[in-house]
This record gives sequence, C-alpha cells and structure tokens, in this order.
Amino acid sequence: MFSPKFLLFVLFPLLLSAQTVPSLNYTELKPLLNQRGDKIYVVNFWATWCAPCIKELPYFEVLDQREDVEVLLVSLDFPKHKESRLLPFIKKNKLQSKVVLLDDANENYWINDIHPNWSGAIPATIVYNRHKRDFYERSFTQNELLNLVESFNP
Amino acid sequence: MKTILILFSSLLLLTHNHGYKVGDLATDFSLPNIDGEMVSLSDYDDAKGYIVIFTCNTCPYSIAYEDRINALHRHFAPVGYPVIAINPNDPAAKDGEQLIDMKTRATKKGFSFPYLQDKGQHIYPKYGATRTPHVFVLEKQEKGNVVQYIGAIDDSSRNPDKVEHYYVEDAVDALLAGQLPKVSTTKAIGCSIKTL
Repeated sequence: MFSPKFLLFVLFPLLLSAQTVPSLNYTELKPLLNQRGDKIYVVNFWATWCAPCIKELPYFEVLDQREDVEVLLVSLDFPKHKESRLLPFIKKNKLQSKVVLLDDANENYWINDIHPNWSGAIPATIVYNRHKRDFYERSFTQNELLNLVESFNP
Repeated sequence: MKTILILFSSLLLLTHNHGYKVGDLATDFSLPNIDGEMVSLSDYDDAKGYIVIFTCNTCPYSIAYEDRINALHRHFAPVGYPVIAINPNDPAAKDGEQLIDMKTRATKKGFSFPYLQDKGQHIYPKYGATRTPHVFVLEKQEKGNVVQYIGAIDDSSRNPDKVEHYYVEDAVDALLAGQLPKVSTTKAIGCSIKTL
C-alpha cells in the first residue's frame, strides 16, 4: 500500500523523537558519571515534580546541542511514575538530551558516593571532563550554566 | 586586625551555612502552629527529647512519608519523643504552602503532631535543613537539646514496603535505652527548601 521509502520518511522522525528511558540501579549508572572522552560531561539530577529542576531543564537542552558537551539527565522520579509521568513529560517537552531513571533504594549510599557534599536535595549537577570535576547542589540561570561550562574549556 | 576580622566573619559564615552537627545544641523556637497557637520545644515539660522534622505540603517525598511520620508520633510521643513538624518553605515562593494549606493537609492526613510554619525562615538555616523531609532527633539534657541524629526517616523513601533500616526509630530507641544512636547521620533524596 505504501512504498518502503514513504514508510521510512514517516517513521524515521518518530523513531528519533521516541526517547527510550532506561531504569538503572546505581552500579549501572556510575560508569555514565565517569566517562573518559574528550567532551565536557554535564549530569543533572532532576524530577518531573521538582519545579526549580523543570525551570532549568531548557538550559541543559541548549548545552546538549553543542558538539563539545554531553548532557545526561538523571531522573529521580518515583519508579512507579515512569509510564504515567516521566515518559509523557519527556514527550510533551520534546527533550533531546539523554534521560535515565535512577531506580535504587539505597540513597544513603549513592548520594554520598556521587558527592560527599550532596545533602540529597535536587536540583543537583555534576560537570566534569578528563581533568576536573565539580558538584553543585543548586539551580542555575542560563548564563551561570554557560559560564560554568566555559570554565571547563581548555 | 583586618585579617582576623575577615577570618572571624568567614568562620561565622561557615558555621551558619553548615547548620548543626551531631552533638551540637539545637535552638528552641516559637513558631505558629496550624491551630493558631505558638509552639516551642520548651512547652513540652515531660519530653525526653524531640523528633523535629522539616517537611512540607507539596514535595512528593514528604507526601510519601506522611503516614510514616504519623506512625512515629503515635509510637514515640507517649514515651517522651513527640514529632514536631516544621514547614520551612516560603509560601510566597511555592504555591500550596500557606498556613491554611498546611491545615487542610494536616486535617486530611490526620496529623496528631504540631505542624508549624517557619515564619520568616529563620529556623531551618540554623538547623541546617536543606531538603524536605529532613529529620533532627534532639535529646533533652541539662545543658540543652542535644542533636543526636540528622537525616532520613528510613532507607526506602519511595517504597515503605522495602524499608530495611528504620533510622529514626532505631535512633530514638537507642536514646530511650540510654545509648547513642549507632547510625547518627544519613542522607536521602528530597525537595529543596523554597525561598525567594
């Protein structure tokens, strides 16, 4: 009925926009917080219920457009709300950055392991490259975030 | 002299920012309860200590803990450790955090403990609360109210059926038995405290 070419034309954009969101435990997440490439890695801990997180998400999306930056959005939504809240939110806001759901009950362990200064409040952000690494328990304006990432440029 | 002054003020700043550590003396307060009365720790003549919980109306983690906070108060108030809940959020910075909203929430969930508003937001920075919920277990001693535990209620915020460590219960049980809590600080995910 439809030519293969037509199907590809219709389906390809759909495939691009349909972000899959893996649920990871902390052991599975940890390598993503310690990548060894040449980029500046920006990891943001957020949740759909966290208003200050939602406010700054577009700034991370802008960063993710850059060739020299890789953004990872780690959702701390309740695992039972993945289908009902997290996925619809990603779709509605057309998030392009990579999103994973951290599903690991042992918060007291992994909060300290991610950074000893983290109290557990979100938003929280890690910025790192091969040479340095910083942790921030705070929200950012667009300029603050851009300046921060610039400070990681060689 | 100038250097000393600067050193001294940065020291003050540091102390201020970090809040209490286990072993510190916690300040008392006088804050409005949802029934309109003012509440202080010193109102509780018979208390052996307090379970002070910074929590709020709208944070999903706070909501997930409401029943467990109720249970803590039911269990420990009769033996001298009442729950004192304090909402640290500035209602101007977050919808649904006015005293009237707190009253509605407390009625709906049947809170049997005081639910106070940190009016002016002077108390939570002194304690060093950074998120909701954030617990401080205080032991009443001769010298004042000593901070004996800081952190999470238990180790499974997102699923009450999977709790393995009941941090606050264990801490208060230890204090009631005349011992120090084995685990005195823990961390948990929570909502940031809302300010303007």
